[in-house]
Amino acid sequence: MTVRVALVLVSHSAPAAGGTADIARQMAPDVTVVPAGGIEADGGDDLGTSADRVLAAVQAGLVQAEGVVILTDLGSAILTTDTVLELLDMEDDGSAERVRVPSAPFVEGAVAAAVEAQQGGDLDAVEAAAVRAGSLFAAAAAAETASDGAPDAAAGVDGPPALTAHVVLRNPLGLHARPAALLARAVADSGATVRVDGANGASVLELMQLGAVGGRDLTVVASGEGAQAALDLVVSMLEGGFGEV
Amino acid sequence: MTLDVGWTVRWVRRTAEVVAEQRLALSELDRQIGDGDHGENLNRGFSAVITKLDGLEAPPEQVADVLKLVATTLMSTVGGAAGPLYGTAYLRAAKVTASVELDPASVVAMLEAGLEGIVARGKATTGEKTMVDAWSPAVTAAQEAAASGADGEAVLDAAATAAEAGAVATDPMVATKGRASYLGERSAGHRDPGAASSAMILRAAADTASGQ
Repeated sequence: MTVRVALVLVSHSAPAAGGTADIARQMAPDVTVVPAGGIEADGGDDLGTSADRVLAAVQAGLVQAEGVVILTDLGSAILTTDTVLELLDMEDDGSAERVRVPSAPFVEGAVAAAVEAQQGGDLDAVEAAAVRAGSLFAAAAAAETASDGAPDAAAGVDGPPALTAHVVLRNPLGLHARPAALLARAVADSGATVRVDGANGASVLELMQLGAVGGRDLTVVASGEGAQAALDLVVSMLEGGFGEV
Repeated sequence: MTLDVGWTVRWVRRTAEVVAEQRLALSELDRQIGDGDHGENLNRGFSAVITKLDGLEAPPEQVADVLKLVATTLMSTVGGAAGPLYGTAYLRAAKVTASVELDPASVVAMLEAGLEGIVARGKATTGEKTMVDAWSPAVTAAQEAAASGADGEAVLDAAATAAEAGAVATDPMVATKGRASYLGERSAGHRDPGAASSAMILRAAADTASGQ
């Protein structure tokens, strides 16, 4: 799968940007993730945001990918990023149109965007994934997410019948970040629709939100094209314990 | 005095001196209602501007060259919100000062562009206890002075005087933007540090224009 979008992470803190990039890369190894945190001060880093650093990071991302999605933390990170967009716009080479700045939480947005980019999503899809990471937080949005699930179930009725399997989660830590990312990637690549205890199997955040730990009995429902193969794969991954057993 | 590139450099150098002198006072204002770093941040930014000016191989030729150097340096070295806000103000000002020498209309255009940059970036309006409360009356005063036939020096003086009054007028305001907004009603009774530094920058412009 070709990766089309790179990420730039803008934080007041260089370690926060670098650490968040590490988390995102672990779940999306082929995605270019460029941290742009802190400002230069006496040879080291200080807290703050620097248009220089952000601009250099965005330009590095644009060399590697068709487009760049920028995640920001607080206050001046957003203002500095807006300023960089204005600087890019002055270049008049179309690069500003290849950059998006979704309103999204920094860490969760970065992870969701990275996983979507790893799956080959385009600029719109990666931006949308980051935005959705924010809405998953709010309880009200969680209810909306549940109702969003309805069309998927209906689609299963139209096509071949949905296939169901029950499997016990084996690794003690359960569906934490790494296994959730592996599973989401496998489901996305399969092309089938897979729900794990109601959560969208292609969404790393929804899988992590299950809070499923070792010993939990999971219901896996697969539908659509390639449902049987997807179901078998998911079941074998869950039973395999993700190398943590 | 001619408002050319030489004046622009003197303005920027004077601003750096004033910010260095006032950095503790500005940070103290910021400590009351923000995160207490405005003076230090701005001083770091303008110190970097001076280092860059001193390091230029050839002296700058245009007013706009100096303003653009200030813009890009502040954006990358201030660290806080003042970096992109002032950076955008100087950048927009640079875009409208293409002439070698600024006439009164060009001075007004420069100030208008600066205000527009701050508003575009910060999404603030008057009465919200921000830099806009200094810049907005400054632009109005500059427009009125130019319309009544004042020269460039007098236009800048009118702007600086109005900015100083505007900064004082932020004292009773309740902040709704930026870090100070977390304090809500408690932000009243303190001067906004961004409005205070804005007034200092415009006063430096007026003083250097009149040869002080």
